Amino acid sequence: MKKLINDPADVISEALRGMSVAHPELRIDHTNRIVYRSDAPIRGKVGLISGGGSGHEPLHGGFVGQGMLDAACAGEVFTSPVPDQMLEATKNVDGGAGVLHIVKNYTGDVMNFEMAAELADAEGVTVESVVVDDDVAVQDSTYTAGRRGVGATVLVEKIAGAAADQGRTLSEVADVARRVNAASRSMGVALTSCTVPAVGHPTFDLSDTEIEVGIGIHGEPGRQRMPMQPARAVAELMLDPVLADLDFSGDDGVILFVNSMGGTPLIELYVMYSEFAAILDKAGVRIARSLVGPYITSLDMAGCSVTLLRADDELLRLWDHPVNTPALRRGC
Amino acid sequence: MDLAQLTAWIREYARVIGENAQHLTDLDAAIGDADHGINMERGMSAVLGALDEAAPADMSALCKQVGMTLVKSVGGASGPLYGTFFLRMAGALGTGDRVDAADFAKALRAGVEGVVQRGRAEAGDKTMFDALAPALDALDAALSSGGDLAVALADATVAAEKGRDATESMVARKGRASYLGQRSVDHVDPGATSAAMLIAAAASAFATGG
Repeated sequence: MKKLINDPADVISEALRGMSVAHPELRIDHTNRIVYRSDAPIRGKVGLISGGGSGHEPLHGGFVGQGMLDAACAGEVFTSPVPDQMLEATKNVDGGAGVLHIVKNYTGDVMNFEMAAELADAEGVTVESVVVDDDVAVQDSTYTAGRRGVGATVLVEKIAGAAADQGRTLSEVADVARRVNAASRSMGVALTSCTVPAVGHPTFDLSDTEIEVGIGIHGEPGRQRMPMQPARAVAELMLDPVLADLDFSGDDGVILFVNSMGGTPLIELYVMYSEFAAILDKAGVRIARSLVGPYITSLDMAGCSVTLLRADDELLRLWDHPVNTPALRRGC
Repeated sequence: MDLAQLTAWIREYARVIGENAQHLTDLDAAIGDADHGINMERGMSAVLGALDEAAPADMSALCKQVGMTLVKSVGGASGPLYGTFFLRMAGALGTGDRVDAADFAKALRAGVEGVVQRGRAEAGDKTMFDALAPALDALDAALSSGGDLAVALADATVAAEKGRDATESMVARKGRASYLGQRSVDHVDPGATSAAMLIAAAASAFATGG
């Protein structure tokens, strides 16, 4: 293992320390590993919190700020945070309008957030939860833990964050978040595995001539192993199941989100973007907005994911709403 | 089963988890996300730390402390599941410092019911429940045919380990392994493995401590 770390046991606390120095507009509770926007709680505004295992940076801490999250809880690498952290964050961002929990659909995350919501309820904070599950690689939802929350999480946090920033109520913000999730589909491929610092070697073996298709974001193997192919062919095998799962041919077009798993450079993401755009053009799907870059990653894994969100007027307006976070900033 | 034996169980489980952390993580790497051993070891070290700091006064308080510590320190799915197991046991055990075999079995049953409620697992889903359910059935059967707790826990251990081994041929339907579908076959479930260790630790702590 070759990583720019000191001790594997200190990676998360040292990264949070770096974040607090680099971004003084954030307030970081190092004991509970919670990243807050420094002006939270905001009176009358719905509080948005998310959280999850570390290793997906900039998700979630990098999306804390005006127009997105009020707080993010960091767990161990690829391990959900614990209810105590979520409860603490929930209480500290409640400005009287209630708190929305944005939860990626993984067994651990769902259970820990569920316990936290029960505890918050007992302490008199109104909580609504939205579970994100956009991964089409999980085909059989009845006999699995259900589709995983992947790329759409970023879109949900951005758009629901805008709705909260506009002063909408908790149930309205939750509705917007659910609408984004329901209209989003994602698919990812890995060219390499990733190495969890505390483990020290790659999670799975993948030869130079193979790719894992249908991966999640935790270095778990995908559904299928295939021979490595040119970008054009990989783009097709990623986007075909996405397009087959939902009709994206509406007048308002889609938000196309091309994401790096951490180890794939931007130049390759744009090669992939160009292929995705060509496929969408042929399928009669219009691209209304785009997001390209490493936003929900899997440590040092090489590979990428693609997310389509079927847009409408309102979602696009919320997408364009100003946002000011370490990882996503515009209009501010 | 008394407070000293219950404490010995927890300490023995922490020792076994520490010894097998790498093995559990390796099992998890094959069908999950390579952290089960790391997480359980962190949780059980925290449990030992809490025990050393303040030894609980009764059996219920001990289980509550263990459960709360696990929920606080493990994360992932194992934290809420093992945490709920001990919290439900705490609810079922009285504040005394001794229970008879039947009441101990009932407390274990309450713990497993908590796991089912939290995880919504069914038999054959390839989870910790596949080790725990046959263990409790074997425990009850041994007790109702007149065996003492030592014998019953030994039977339960055999059943738990058989249940653990049976997960090898199952297709996972819960947790991260479920995303693999057929590819999850031919791997023993890490959660069933740590759950079988929990039962085995109870048997060995009771045998040596009782």
